[in-house]
Amino acid sequence: MDQEGAVIWTPEGVLDEIRSLLEPYNPNGVEISLETDFSSELNIDSVAAMNLVMEIEDKFAIDIPINQLPDMNTPKDLVDIVLVRVNK
Amino acid sequence: MGLFDKYNHIIDRHSKLDDFDVDPFNVCVERVISPTVGVINGQETILVGTNNYLGLTFEADCVDDAVKALKEYGTATTGSRIANGTYVDHVQLEQDIASFLNYRAAIVFPTGYQANLGILAGLADKSDTILLDADSHASIYDGCTLSGATMIRFRHNSPADLDKRLERLKDDKSNKLVVVESIYSMFGDRAPLDEFVDVKNRHGVSLLVDEAHSLGVFGDHGQGLAAEMGVGAEVDYTVGTFSKSLGAVGGFGASNHPLFETLRYTSRPYMYTASSSPSNVAAAITALRHIRTRPELRAKLWENAEMLYNCLSDLGYDICAPMSPIIALRMPDEETAIYHWNLLFKAGVYVNLALPPGAPNRTCLLRCSVSARHSSEQIGHIVDAFAKCSAIISPKAHQQAAVAL
Repeated sequence: MDQEGAVIWTPEGVLDEIRSLLEPYNPNGVEISLETDFSSELNIDSVAAMNLVMEIEDKFAIDIPINQLPDMNTPKDLVDIVLVRVNK
Repeated sequence: MGLFDKYNHIIDRHSKLDDFDVDPFNVCVERVISPTVGVINGQETILVGTNNYLGLTFEADCVDDAVKALKEYGTATTGSRIANGTYVDHVQLEQDIASFLNYRAAIVFPTGYQANLGILAGLADKSDTILLDADSHASIYDGCTLSGATMIRFRHNSPADLDKRLERLKDDKSNKLVVVESIYSMFGDRAPLDEFVDVKNRHGVSLLVDEAHSLGVFGDHGQGLAAEMGVGAEVDYTVGTFSKSLGAVGGFGASNHPLFETLRYTSRPYMYTASSSPSNVAAAITALRHIRTRPELRAKLWENAEMLYNCLSDLGYDICAPMSPIIALRMPDEETAIYHWNLLFKAGVYVNLALPPGAPNRTCLLRCSVSARHSSEQIGHIVDAFAKCSAIISPKAHQQAAVAL
Protein backbone atom coordinates (compact mmCIF):
# COMPACT_ATOMS: atom_id res chain seq x y z
CA MET A 1 0.00 0.00 0.00
CA ASP A 2 1.11 3.54 -0.62
CA GLN A 3 0.65 6.43 1.79
CA GLU A 4 -2.98 7.01 0.78
CA GLY A 5 -3.86 3.36 1.34
CA ALA A 6 -4.23 2.42 -2.34
CA VAL A 7 -2.96 -0.99 -3.41
CA ILE A 8 0.22 -0.89 -5.50
CA TRP A 9 -0.03 -3.69 -8.00
CA THR A 10 3.03 -5.58 -9.23
CA PRO A 11 3.11 -7.42 -12.57
CA GLU A 12 3.18 -10.74 -10.68
CA GLY A 13 0.19 -9.76 -8.56
CA VAL A 14 -1.82 -8.71 -11.60
CA LEU A 15 -0.90 -11.92 -13.43
CA ASP A 16 -2.06 -14.01 -10.46
CA GLU A 17 -5.43 -12.28 -10.48
CA ILE A 18 -5.76 -12.69 -14.25
CA ARG A 19 -4.89 -16.41 -13.95
CA SER A 20 -7.66 -16.79 -11.44
CA LEU A 21 -10.16 -14.87 -13.62
CA LEU A 22 -9.18 -17.05 -16.59
CA GLU A 23 -10.10 -20.31 -14.82
CA PRO A 24 -13.72 -20.45 -16.06
CA TYR A 25 -12.41 -19.89 -19.60
CA ASN A 26 -9.90 -22.73 -19.28
CA PRO A 27 -11.86 -25.96 -18.79
CA ASN A 28 -9.00 -28.05 -20.19
CA GLY A 29 -6.54 -26.73 -17.64
CA VAL A 30 -4.04 -25.25 -20.09
CA GLU A 31 -1.06 -23.89 -18.17
CA ILE A 32 -1.33 -20.11 -18.25
CA SER A 33 1.90 -18.25 -18.96
CA LEU A 34 2.44 -14.63 -19.91
CA GLU A 35 2.47 -15.72 -23.56
CA THR A 36 -0.58 -18.04 -23.65
CA ASP A 37 -2.65 -17.11 -26.72
CA PHE A 38 -6.29 -16.52 -25.79
CA SER A 39 -7.67 -17.42 -29.18
CA SER A 40 -5.62 -20.42 -30.30
CA GLU A 41 -4.78 -21.97 -26.91
CA LEU A 42 -7.87 -21.13 -24.81
CA ASN A 43 -10.42 -20.83 -27.62
CA ILE A 44 -11.67 -17.51 -26.22
CA ASP A 45 -13.89 -15.85 -28.83
CA SER A 46 -14.61 -12.13 -29.14
CA VAL A 47 -17.63 -12.16 -26.84
CA ALA A 48 -15.83 -14.22 -24.19
CA ALA A 49 -12.87 -11.84 -24.43
CA MET A 50 -15.16 -8.87 -23.79
CA ASN A 51 -16.67 -10.65 -20.78
CA LEU A 52 -13.21 -11.44 -19.43
CA VAL A 53 -12.28 -7.78 -19.77
CA MET A 54 -15.39 -6.83 -17.80
CA GLU A 55 -14.35 -9.13 -14.97
CA ILE A 56 -10.88 -7.61 -14.97
CA GLU A 57 -12.45 -4.15 -14.85
CA ASP A 58 -14.46 -5.13 -11.79
CA LYS A 59 -11.51 -6.79 -10.09
CA PHE A 60 -9.25 -3.75 -10.43
CA ALA A 61 -11.99 -1.06 -10.43
CA ILE A 62 -10.83 0.32 -13.77
CA ASP A 63 -12.35 0.82 -17.21
CA ILE A 64 -10.73 -0.79 -20.23
CA PRO A 65 -12.17 0.46 -23.53
CA ILE A 66 -13.05 -2.48 -25.76
CA ASN A 67 -11.37 -0.60 -28.59
CA GLN A 68 -8.23 -2.17 -27.10
CA LEU A 69 -9.46 -5.75 -27.63
CA PRO A 70 -7.37 -6.33 -30.77
CA ASP A 71 -4.29 -5.65 -28.62
CA MET A 72 -5.27 -8.16 -25.92
CA ASN A 73 -4.04 -11.50 -27.14
CA THR A 74 -2.09 -12.85 -24.15
CA PRO A 75 -2.02 -12.46 -20.35
CA LYS A 76 1.01 -10.21 -20.79
CA ASP A 77 -1.07 -7.79 -22.88
CA LEU A 78 -3.67 -7.68 -20.11
CA VAL A 79 -1.06 -7.23 -17.36
CA ASP A 80 0.42 -4.26 -19.25
CA ILE A 81 -2.98 -2.65 -19.79
CA VAL A 82 -4.05 -3.17 -16.16
CA LEU A 83 -0.76 -1.83 -14.73
CA VAL A 84 -1.03 1.37 -16.75
CA ARG A 85 -4.51 1.99 -15.40
CA VAL A 86 -4.20 0.88 -11.75
CA ASN A 87 -0.93 2.62 -10.97
CA LYS A 88 -1.86 5.97 -12.59
CA MET B 1 -1.88 -18.47 -45.07
CA GLY B 2 -5.00 -17.76 -47.14
CA LEU B 3 -7.56 -15.06 -46.53
CA PHE B 4 -10.12 -17.61 -45.38
CA ASP B 5 -7.83 -19.60 -43.07
CA LYS B 6 -8.92 -17.47 -40.14
CA TYR B 7 -12.41 -18.92 -40.51
CA ASN B 8 -11.32 -22.58 -40.34
CA HIS B 9 -12.78 -23.15 -36.88
CA ILE B 10 -16.09 -21.58 -37.95
CA ILE B 11 -16.15 -23.63 -41.15
CA ASP B 12 -15.56 -26.80 -39.08
CA ARG B 13 -18.38 -25.85 -36.75
CA HIS B 14 -20.72 -25.06 -39.62
CA SER B 15 -19.95 -28.37 -41.34
CA LYS B 16 -21.77 -30.19 -38.51
CA LEU B 17 -24.96 -28.89 -40.08
CA ASP B 18 -24.27 -30.97 -43.21
CA ASP B 19 -25.72 -34.02 -41.42
CA PHE B 20 -29.16 -32.43 -41.53
CA ASP B 21 -31.53 -31.90 -44.46
CA VAL B 22 -31.76 -28.15 -43.93
CA ASP B 23 -29.13 -25.64 -42.84
CA PRO B 24 -30.90 -23.47 -40.23
CA PHE B 25 -28.74 -20.53 -41.30
CA ASN B 26 -29.48 -20.89 -44.98
CA VAL B 27 -33.22 -21.41 -45.13
CA CYS B 28 -34.85 -20.50 -48.43
CA VAL B 29 -38.53 -19.61 -48.33
CA GLU B 30 -39.83 -20.74 -51.69
CA ARG B 31 -43.27 -19.24 -51.37
CA VAL B 32 -44.93 -16.95 -48.85
CA ILE B 33 -48.54 -17.83 -48.24
CA SER B 34 -49.31 -15.38 -45.44
CA PRO B 35 -47.42 -13.46 -42.72
CA THR B 36 -47.31 -16.69 -40.72
CA VAL B 37 -46.99 -19.43 -43.36
CA GLY B 38 -44.32 -20.11 -45.97
CA VAL B 39 -43.19 -23.00 -48.12
CA ILE B 40 -39.69 -24.21 -47.29
CA ASN B 41 -38.14 -27.30 -48.89
CA GLY B 42 -41.50 -27.93 -50.53
CA GLN B 43 -43.20 -28.09 -47.14
CA GLU B 44 -45.84 -25.72 -45.82
CA THR B 45 -44.35 -24.32 -42.63
CA ILE B 46 -45.68 -22.15 -39.81
CA LEU B 47 -43.30 -19.23 -39.38
CA VAL B 48 -42.53 -18.42 -35.74
CA GLY B 49 -39.27 -16.56 -36.20
CA THR B 50 -39.97 -13.61 -38.50
CA ASN B 51 -40.24 -10.60 -36.12
CA ASN B 52 -43.42 -9.81 -38.09
CA TYR B 53 -45.08 -8.89 -34.81
CA LEU B 54 -48.23 -7.28 -36.19
CA GLY B 55 -48.34 -9.32 -39.40
CA LEU B 56 -48.60 -6.25 -41.62
CA THR B 57 -46.60 -7.63 -44.57
CA PHE B 58 -49.78 -8.59 -46.43
CA GLU B 59 -52.05 -5.82 -45.13
CA ALA B 60 -54.13 -4.82 -48.14
CA ASP B 61 -53.53 -1.08 -48.12
CA CYS B 62 -49.82 -1.47 -47.27
CA VAL B 63 -49.48 -3.64 -50.38
CA ASP B 64 -51.70 -1.30 -52.46
CA ASP B 65 -49.77 1.81 -51.44
CA ALA B 66 -46.45 0.08 -52.12
CA VAL B 67 -47.66 -0.95 -55.59
CA LYS B 68 -48.95 2.58 -56.26
CA ALA B 69 -45.59 4.06 -55.30
CA LEU B 70 -43.78 1.48 -57.42
CA LYS B 71 -45.84 2.54 -60.43
CA GLU B 72 -45.60 6.27 -59.74
CA TYR B 73 -41.96 6.54 -58.70
CA GLY B 74 -40.34 3.43 -60.19
CA THR B 75 -38.36 0.56 -58.70
CA ALA B 76 -35.62 2.60 -57.05
CA THR B 77 -34.34 6.12 -56.45
CA THR B 78 -30.88 5.25 -57.85
CA GLY B 79 -29.34 7.86 -55.60
CA SER B 80 -28.42 8.82 -52.07
CA ARG B 81 -30.45 11.13 -49.88
CA ILE B 82 -27.97 13.96 -50.43
CA ALA B 83 -28.21 13.66 -54.20
CA ASN B 84 -31.36 12.69 -56.13
CA GLY B 85 -32.64 10.10 -53.61
CA THR B 86 -34.98 12.18 -51.46
CA TYR B 87 -38.57 11.86 -52.67
CA VAL B 88 -41.62 13.44 -51.14
CA ASP B 89 -42.50 10.20 -49.33
CA HIS B 90 -39.09 10.00 -47.60
CA VAL B 91 -39.80 13.42 -46.14
CA GLN B 92 -43.39 12.43 -45.28
CA LEU B 93 -42.23 9.27 -43.47
CA GLU B 94 -39.69 11.28 -41.47
CA GLN B 95 -42.37 13.76 -40.43
CA ASP B 96 -44.74 10.94 -39.49
CA ILE B 97 -42.12 9.23 -37.32
CA ALA B 98 -41.11 12.46 -35.60
CA SER B 99 -44.74 13.27 -34.87
CA PHE B 100 -45.48 9.69 -33.73
CA LEU B 101 -42.62 9.73 -31.22
CA ASN B 102 -42.99 13.40 -30.23
CA TYR B 103 -39.58 14.37 -31.53
CA ARG B 104 -38.56 17.46 -33.46
CA ALA B 105 -37.02 15.45 -36.33
CA ALA B 106 -36.42 11.96 -37.68
CA ILE B 107 -33.97 10.68 -40.28
CA VAL B 108 -34.75 7.59 -42.34
CA PHE B 109 -32.14 5.02 -43.41
CA PRO B 110 -32.39 2.10 -45.86
CA THR B 111 -32.14 -0.53 -43.07
CA GLY B 112 -32.24 -0.70 -39.29
CA TYR B 113 -28.60 -1.79 -39.27
CA GLN B 114 -27.64 1.32 -41.20
CA ALA B 115 -29.71 3.48 -38.85
CA ASN B 116 -27.51 2.44 -35.92
CA LEU B 117 -24.39 2.85 -38.01
CA GLY B 118 -25.47 6.27 -39.22
CA ILE B 119 -26.72 7.66 -35.92
CA LEU B 120 -23.87 6.35 -33.75
CA ALA B 121 -21.08 7.17 -36.19
CA GLY B 122 -22.73 10.53 -36.82
CA LEU B 123 -23.15 11.49 -33.16
CA ALA B 124 -19.81 10.33 -31.78
CA ASP B 125 -16.20 10.52 -32.85
CA LYS B 126 -12.84 9.69 -31.34
CA SER B 127 -13.12 12.53 -28.82
CA ASP B 128 -16.30 11.01 -27.30
CA THR B 129 -17.09 8.04 -25.06
CA ILE B 130 -19.93 5.60 -25.68
CA LEU B 131 -21.12 3.41 -22.81
CA LEU B 132 -23.03 0.49 -24.27
CA ASP B 133 -24.95 -2.42 -22.78
CA ALA B 134 -22.85 -5.59 -22.96
CA ASP B 135 -25.57 -7.48 -24.87
CA SER B 136 -26.05 -4.83 -27.55
CA HIS B 137 -26.92 -5.82 -31.10
CA ALA B 138 -24.12 -6.14 -33.66
CA SER B 139 -25.32 -2.97 -35.40
CA ILE B 140 -24.68 -1.01 -32.20
CA TYR B 141 -21.20 -2.47 -31.78
CA ASP B 142 -20.45 -1.77 -35.43
CA GLY B 143 -21.81 1.77 -35.22
CA CYS B 144 -19.72 2.48 -32.13
CA THR B 145 -16.63 1.02 -33.78
CA LEU B 146 -17.20 3.07 -36.91
CA SER B 147 -17.54 6.23 -34.81
CA GLY B 148 -14.03 5.78 -33.38
CA ALA B 149 -15.35 6.69 -29.92
CA THR B 150 -13.93 5.12 -26.77
CA MET B 151 -16.23 2.17 -26.08
CA ILE B 152 -16.98 1.12 -22.51
CA ARG B 153 -19.29 -1.85 -21.92
CA PHE B 154 -21.49 -2.06 -18.85
CA ARG B 155 -23.19 -5.15 -17.50
CA HIS B 156 -26.36 -6.10 -19.29
CA ASN B 157 -29.47 -4.28 -18.05
CA SER B 158 -27.61 -2.97 -15.00
CA PRO B 159 -28.15 0.74 -14.26
CA ALA B 160 -26.01 0.25 -11.14
CA ASP B 161 -23.05 -0.95 -13.22
CA LEU B 162 -23.51 1.97 -15.63
CA ASP B 163 -23.64 4.34 -12.64
CA LYS B 164 -20.38 2.89 -11.29
CA ARG B 165 -18.62 3.35 -14.62
CA LEU B 166 -19.89 6.89 -15.10
CA GLU B 167 -18.69 7.67 -11.58
CA ARG B 168 -15.21 6.39 -12.49
CA LEU B 169 -15.29 8.62 -15.56
CA LYS B 170 -16.39 11.75 -13.71
CA ASP B 171 -13.09 13.55 -14.28
CA ASP B 172 -13.01 12.55 -17.94
CA LYS B 173 -14.02 15.54 -20.06
CA SER B 174 -15.27 13.69 -23.15
CA ASN B 175 -18.94 13.80 -24.19
CA LYS B 176 -20.69 10.64 -23.08
CA LEU B 177 -23.48 8.75 -24.81
CA VAL B 178 -25.22 5.78 -23.18
CA VAL B 179 -26.69 3.20 -25.57
CA VAL B 180 -29.27 0.58 -24.63
CA GLU B 181 -31.97 -1.42 -26.35
CA SER B 182 -35.51 -1.47 -25.00
CA ILE B 183 -36.07 -5.17 -25.75
CA TYR B 184 -33.10 -7.41 -26.43
CA SER B 185 -33.58 -9.36 -29.61
CA MET B 186 -32.22 -12.74 -28.54
CA PHE B 187 -33.65 -13.27 -25.02
CA GLY B 188 -36.58 -10.85 -25.28
CA ASP B 189 -35.75 -9.27 -21.93
CA ARG B 190 -36.61 -5.60 -21.40
CA ALA B 191 -34.40 -2.80 -20.15
CA PRO B 192 -35.23 -0.89 -16.95
CA LEU B 193 -35.42 2.32 -18.97
CA ASP B 194 -36.72 4.42 -16.07
CA GLU B 195 -33.64 3.54 -14.02
CA PHE B 196 -31.31 4.20 -16.94
CA VAL B 197 -32.96 7.59 -17.39
CA ASP B 198 -32.36 8.33 -13.71
CA VAL B 199 -28.65 7.42 -14.02
CA LYS B 200 -28.15 9.44 -17.20
CA ASN B 201 -29.83 12.49 -15.68
CA ARG B 202 -27.71 12.31 -12.53
CA HIS B 203 -24.52 12.18 -14.59
CA GLY B 204 -25.67 14.70 -17.20
CA VAL B 205 -25.00 12.43 -20.18
CA SER B 206 -27.08 11.57 -23.27
CA LEU B 207 -29.16 8.43 -23.77
CA LEU B 208 -29.92 6.56 -27.00
CA VAL B 209 -32.52 3.78 -26.96
CA ASP B 210 -32.89 1.28 -29.78
CA GLU B 211 -36.59 0.38 -29.96
CA ALA B 212 -36.21 -2.10 -32.85
CA HIS B 213 -38.26 -4.86 -31.18
CA SER B 214 -40.62 -2.67 -29.15
CA LEU B 215 -41.95 -0.18 -31.69
CA GLY B 216 -45.53 -1.16 -32.46
CA VAL B 217 -45.42 -3.67 -29.63
CA PHE B 218 -45.44 -1.50 -26.47
CA GLY B 219 -47.23 1.72 -25.57
CA ASP B 220 -50.84 2.82 -25.92
CA HIS B 221 -50.28 3.73 -29.57
CA GLY B 222 -47.29 1.50 -30.19
CA GLN B 223 -44.58 4.15 -29.67
CA GLY B 224 -42.40 1.67 -27.81
CA LEU B 225 -41.21 0.74 -24.34
CA ALA B 226 -39.94 4.20 -23.32
CA ALA B 227 -43.42 5.61 -23.98
CA GLU B 228 -45.07 2.75 -22.10
CA MET B 229 -42.80 3.39 -19.10
CA GLY B 230 -43.53 7.12 -19.25
CA VAL B 231 -39.93 8.15 -20.01
CA GLY B 232 -40.18 8.80 -23.75
CA ALA B 233 -39.45 12.51 -23.31
CA GLU B 234 -36.24 11.70 -21.40
CA VAL B 235 -34.71 9.67 -24.22
CA ASP B 236 -32.39 11.92 -26.22
CA TYR B 237 -32.16 9.70 -29.29
CA THR B 238 -34.38 6.86 -30.45
CA VAL B 239 -33.39 4.40 -33.16
CA GLY B 240 -35.80 1.96 -34.74
CA THR B 241 -36.47 -0.28 -37.69
CA PHE B 242 -39.27 -0.78 -40.19
CA SER B 243 -38.45 -4.44 -40.75
CA LYS B 244 -40.26 -5.82 -37.74
CA SER B 245 -43.67 -4.54 -36.63
CA LEU B 246 -43.98 -2.26 -39.69
CA GLY B 247 -43.45 -5.10 -42.14
CA ALA B 248 -41.23 -3.05 -44.46
CA VAL B 249 -37.47 -2.44 -44.79
CA GLY B 250 -35.65 0.55 -43.37
CA GLY B 251 -34.70 2.25 -40.13
CA PHE B 252 -34.66 5.64 -38.49
CA GLY B 253 -33.13 7.85 -35.84
CA ALA B 254 -35.14 10.56 -34.09
CA SER B 255 -34.36 13.31 -31.61
CA ASN B 256 -35.30 16.69 -30.18
CA HIS B 257 -31.74 17.98 -30.44
CA PRO B 258 -31.90 21.22 -32.45
CA LEU B 259 -28.81 20.18 -34.42
CA PHE B 260 -29.90 16.58 -35.03
CA GLU B 261 -30.34 17.06 -38.76
CA THR B 262 -26.68 18.03 -39.02
CA LEU B 263 -26.25 14.26 -39.41
CA ARG B 264 -27.72 14.56 -42.89
CA TYR B 265 -24.47 16.07 -44.09
CA THR B 266 -22.00 14.57 -41.61
CA SER B 267 -23.00 10.90 -41.23
CA ARG B 268 -21.38 8.79 -43.91
CA PRO B 269 -23.75 5.78 -43.63
CA TYR B 270 -26.57 8.23 -44.40
CA MET B 271 -24.80 10.11 -47.16
CA TYR B 272 -23.08 7.39 -49.13
CA THR B 273 -25.76 4.80 -49.76
CA ALA B 274 -28.80 4.64 -52.02
CA SER B 275 -32.03 5.74 -50.34
CA SER B 276 -34.91 3.40 -49.57
CA SER B 277 -37.01 2.34 -52.53
CA PRO B 278 -40.27 4.28 -52.97
CA SER B 279 -42.41 1.16 -52.46
CA ASN B 280 -40.72 0.42 -49.14
CA VAL B 281 -41.25 3.94 -47.91
CA ALA B 282 -44.91 3.90 -48.96
CA ALA B 283 -45.47 0.59 -47.15
CA ALA B 284 -43.84 1.99 -43.99
CA ILE B 285 -46.00 5.14 -44.06
CA THR B 286 -49.18 3.09 -44.28
CA ALA B 287 -48.03 0.53 -41.69
CA LEU B 288 -47.26 3.33 -39.23
CA ARG B 289 -50.88 4.46 -39.60
CA HIS B 290 -52.05 0.95 -38.71
CA ILE B 291 -49.81 0.88 -35.65
CA ARG B 292 -51.16 4.24 -34.51
CA THR B 293 -54.81 3.53 -34.99
CA ARG B 294 -55.28 -0.20 -34.38
CA PRO B 295 -54.56 -1.10 -30.75
CA GLU B 296 -56.44 -4.35 -31.34
CA LEU B 297 -53.42 -5.63 -33.29
CA ARG B 298 -51.24 -5.19 -30.21
CA ALA B 299 -53.88 -6.77 -27.99
CA LYS B 300 -53.98 -9.83 -30.25
CA LEU B 301 -50.17 -10.00 -30.35
CA TRP B 302 -49.93 -10.06 -26.56
CA GLU B 303 -52.77 -12.57 -26.30
CA ASN B 304 -50.88 -14.89 -28.67
CA ALA B 305 -47.58 -14.29 -26.88
CA GLU B 306 -49.12 -15.19 -23.54
CA MET B 307 -50.70 -18.34 -24.95
CA LEU B 308 -47.47 -19.63 -26.50
CA TYR B 309 -45.35 -18.57 -23.53
CA ASN B 310 -47.56 -20.38 -21.03
CA CYS B 311 -47.80 -23.54 -23.13
CA LEU B 312 -44.03 -23.76 -23.67
CA SER B 313 -43.44 -23.05 -20.01
CA ASP B 314 -45.88 -25.85 -19.11
CA LEU B 315 -43.93 -28.21 -21.38
CA GLY B 316 -40.88 -27.61 -19.17
CA TYR B 317 -38.84 -25.38 -21.43
CA ASP B 318 -36.43 -22.97 -19.82
CA ILE B 319 -37.54 -19.56 -21.15
CA CYS B 320 -34.92 -16.83 -21.01
CA ALA B 321 -37.09 -13.85 -20.05
CA PRO B 322 -40.51 -12.83 -18.75
CA MET B 323 -43.38 -13.02 -21.22
CA SER B 324 -43.06 -10.97 -24.41
CA PRO B 325 -43.54 -11.62 -28.15
CA ILE B 326 -39.94 -12.90 -28.15
CA ILE B 327 -39.89 -16.32 -26.50
CA ALA B 328 -36.36 -17.71 -26.35
CA LEU B 329 -35.83 -21.27 -25.13
CA ARG B 330 -32.47 -22.10 -23.61
CA MET B 331 -30.97 -25.33 -24.96
CA PRO B 332 -28.43 -27.41 -23.04
CA ASP B 333 -25.84 -27.47 -25.82
CA GLU B 334 -25.26 -26.76 -29.50
CA GLU B 335 -25.95 -30.32 -30.68
CA THR B 336 -29.30 -30.48 -28.88
CA ALA B 337 -30.26 -27.05 -30.20
CA ILE B 338 -29.53 -28.02 -33.82
CA TYR B 339 -31.28 -31.40 -33.44
CA HIS B 340 -34.30 -29.80 -31.81
CA TRP B 341 -34.48 -27.14 -34.51
CA ASN B 342 -34.53 -29.84 -37.19
CA LEU B 343 -37.23 -31.85 -35.43
CA LEU B 344 -39.39 -28.74 -35.26
CA PHE B 345 -38.73 -27.99 -38.90
CA LYS B 346 -39.79 -31.51 -39.88
CA ALA B 347 -42.96 -30.96 -37.85
CA GLY B 348 -43.72 -27.90 -39.99
CA VAL B 349 -42.55 -25.16 -37.62
CA TYR B 350 -39.81 -22.64 -38.33
CA VAL B 351 -38.14 -20.86 -35.39
CA ASN B 352 -34.78 -19.06 -35.19
CA LEU B 353 -31.70 -20.97 -34.09
CA ALA B 354 -29.16 -18.82 -32.25
CA LEU B 355 -25.73 -20.09 -31.27
CA PRO B 356 -22.75 -18.38 -29.58
CA PRO B 357 -21.43 -15.80 -30.14
CA GLY B 358 -24.72 -14.74 -31.80
CA ALA B 359 -26.52 -15.21 -28.50
CA PRO B 360 -25.11 -13.86 -25.22
CA ASN B 361 -23.41 -15.83 -22.42
CA ARG B 362 -22.48 -18.79 -24.63
CA THR B 363 -26.17 -19.67 -24.77
CA CYS B 364 -27.80 -21.84 -27.44
CA LEU B 365 -31.35 -20.82 -28.19
CA LEU B 366 -34.46 -21.70 -30.06
CA ARG B 367 -36.04 -18.29 -30.51
CA CYS B 368 -39.71 -17.81 -31.30
CA SER B 369 -41.22 -14.47 -32.29
CA VAL B 370 -44.99 -14.34 -32.11
CA SER B 371 -47.25 -12.50 -34.56
CA ALA B 372 -50.69 -10.97 -34.08
CA ARG B 373 -51.61 -12.92 -37.20
CA HIS B 374 -50.96 -16.36 -35.69
CA SER B 375 -54.31 -18.08 -35.28
CA SER B 376 -55.20 -20.12 -32.20
CA GLU B 377 -55.02 -23.21 -34.38
CA GLN B 378 -51.51 -22.33 -35.51
CA ILE B 379 -50.38 -21.79 -31.93
CA GLY B 380 -51.93 -25.14 -31.07
CA HIS B 381 -49.95 -26.76 -33.89
CA ILE B 382 -46.73 -25.03 -32.73
CA VAL B 383 -47.25 -26.26 -29.17
CA ASP B 384 -47.99 -29.80 -30.40
CA ALA B 385 -44.77 -29.77 -32.41
CA PHE B 386 -42.77 -28.65 -29.40
CA ALA B 387 -44.45 -31.30 -27.24
CA LYS B 388 -43.47 -34.04 -29.68
CA CYS B 389 -39.91 -32.76 -29.90
CA SER B 390 -39.47 -32.39 -26.17
CA ALA B 391 -40.72 -35.95 -25.70
CA ILE B 392 -37.90 -37.08 -27.99
CA ILE B 393 -35.21 -34.82 -26.57
CA SER B 394 -36.19 -35.20 -22.89
CA PRO B 395 -37.14 -32.20 -20.81
CA LYS B 396 -34.37 -33.16 -18.39
CA ALA B 397 -31.92 -31.69 -20.82
CA HIS B 398 -33.56 -28.30 -20.45
CA GLN B 399 -33.47 -28.51 -16.68
CA GLN B 400 -29.75 -29.35 -16.84
CA ALA B 401 -29.24 -26.23 -18.92
CA ALA B 402 -30.97 -24.13 -16.30
CA VAL B 403 -28.88 -25.62 -13.48
CA ALA B 404 -25.65 -25.17 -15.44
CA LEU B 405 -26.30 -21.43 -15.63
